[in-house]
Amino acid sequence: MDERADPSTAAAPAAGLAVEISGLHKWYGDFHVLRDINLAVARGERVVICGASGGGKSTLLRCINRLEDWQRGRIVVDGVELTEDPKRILAVRRDVGMVFQQFNLFPHLTVLQNCTLAPIWVRHMPKREAEALAMNYLARVKIPEQADKYPARLSGGQQQRVAIARALCMSPNIMLFDEPTSALDPEMKKEVLDTMVELATDGITMLVVSHEMGFARQVADRVIFMDDGQIVEVNSPEKFFAQPQHERTRAFLKQILH
Amino acid sequence: MSAIGDQSFGYVRGMPAQPLPPPAERAGMFGWLRANLLFSPANVVLTLICVLLIAWVVPALLRFLVIDAVWSGTGRDACLASPAQPHPGACWAFVRVWSSYFVYGFYPLGERWRVDVFFLTLAFGMAWLLWPAAPRRDVGACYVFIVLPILSFILLHGAPFVGLSVVPTVLWGGILVTVVVATVGMAVSLPLGILLALARRSDLPVVKSVAVAFIEFVRGVPLITVLFMASVMLPLFVPERLSPDKLVRALIGVALFASAYMAEVVRGGLAAVARGQYEAARALGIGYWRMMGLVVLPQALRATLPNIVNTFIGLFKDTTLVFVVGIFDLLRTIEAARADPKWDSPGITLTSYAFAALFYFVCCYGMSRYARGVEARLTRAGRR
Repeated sequence: MDERADPSTAAAPAAGLAVEISGLHKWYGDFHVLRDINLAVARGERVVICGASGGGKSTLLRCINRLEDWQRGRIVVDGVELTEDPKRILAVRRDVGMVFQQFNLFPHLTVLQNCTLAPIWVRHMPKREAEALAMNYLARVKIPEQADKYPARLSGGQQQRVAIARALCMSPNIMLFDEPTSALDPEMKKEVLDTMVELATDGITMLVVSHEMGFARQVADRVIFMDDGQIVEVNSPEKFFAQPQHERTRAFLKQILH
Repeated sequence: MSAIGDQSFGYVRGMPAQPLPPPAERAGMFGWLRANLLFSPANVVLTLICVLLIAWVVPALLRFLVIDAVWSGTGRDACLASPAQPHPGACWAFVRVWSSYFVYGFYPLGERWRVDVFFLTLAFGMAWLLWPAAPRRDVGACYVFIVLPILSFILLHGAPFVGLSVVPTVLWGGILVTVVVATVGMAVSLPLGILLALARRSDLPVVKSVAVAFIEFVRGVPLITVLFMASVMLPLFVPERLSPDKLVRALIGVALFASAYMAEVVRGGLAAVARGQYEAARALGIGYWRMMGLVVLPQALRATLPNIVNTFIGLFKDTTLVFVVGIFDLLRTIEAARADPKWDSPGITLTSYAFAALFYFVCCYGMSRYARGVEARLTRAGRR
């Protein structure tokens, strides 16, 4: 199940960069939302992106699987450069899992069907095999007993864990988390964060937009601070929290950590 | 404010509260009557008015349609007033005698079994597709949308190479034509309407403007005009021998007309699907058509199911308009039979229209009930 049907991703080098962003600019109309972003993420690296809202964190993350387009610059994901070419876009998306703030589970499908949809229709996996795979991942996020329920019957934390399992079922090399715990009650944040911590120990490349500083401290290899559409500071978590270099980082951390 | 101590307002339950049965005045038949029909003076008045209305209409209707109705006879004498029946009601004997005409029109007597077989295959396909617990409904869909149209054409129109003589459509009539026009209209308008709705929401400007132009043009024109255009104008442009059959032209007109309405209904459903659903599907690497077919449309069609059925019901009743271009649908055959001098009696007109109303009501109410059943099932499924 680790075999990839796409020659473009299979051709990617075994070691090296998972994501390479250079000179990225994006405008919404006249609003310059991403300004000259340069970022390289190594394979297996865990990066947490934080910053004030409206700073372009989510937009940057959504460029990596091209849910957003951009006007200048280039992004290479697992050796595949993202262009207008729909084939490349699909190849990258199949290699990159994403977890959303609002979970975005498919409400008309059961938990199990949510997880098997893409493996069956995109990877052309036999149904039985896809279900075994899905049950495996549902067990890993600790909700195998909910497999036959519809998402509406689940708590927010459970839904987000299903969303993580759904993304993992495509056996991605890279996982993007777009504020995965922001829509959750405090007692549910922990179960999702625990799942993510466990995932981090597996060596998958992770890019996480989050304000969960505890999580960043615990698992991040690097913390990136974004403000006004720019990467203002990149540092190891220890240094980031102990001696923030930039004025704006200090102001942000002061607010977040009280 | 801090002076208000815990003792004065605070109340801490010493024992856990046990669940109690609901108060008696809300339960039982009298409780229901009071809660729903008689809870206020205005409500009592409304209830009374409704009871009076029912008492005024229902007995008279029952008397005409059932109690005083004439069930058998061979001519107008049976349905005329006489000392034996001073107030004759509905003349069902007339409907009975004419019933085969109402069903088949002028379809040749010896070939009518073909129509019966068509009705059976259609009923079978409908049951397969609409019954939720039926096995292999995907095969059922193939049967209804691919096999059935071909089979129906061979059966009804005829195919000399399988030994079925050709029956020209001018001989078709009655319920046969109504069912053919309605089913073709529905079977074409739903898929075509979905495609038009997708086209209208498309990012491609040409596709989008073609869809918008088609939908807005068709919606801006009455169905009668479309039918007249199809039957009167088309032959002016296309040579007689190339122009298709009159019924086919009407079918195309009805189907395109219904598609434009269906497109708007489906578009409403598409708008109800959250953007996050599209993004989640895209992020999984699912392509456009699969995203639409597996994620977006199932939700959109469910959200808009009442409107789809509403459009179908409207379409079913609109089929009666094909009579303006000289096609004998059920209503037109009833009109023709009504003029039969052999049955000329005062109650015939009322009987004819009562029969037509009954037929259309049963069909439309059936659709409506089915849709409500599906809605209830989906709601239950969503809560599971």
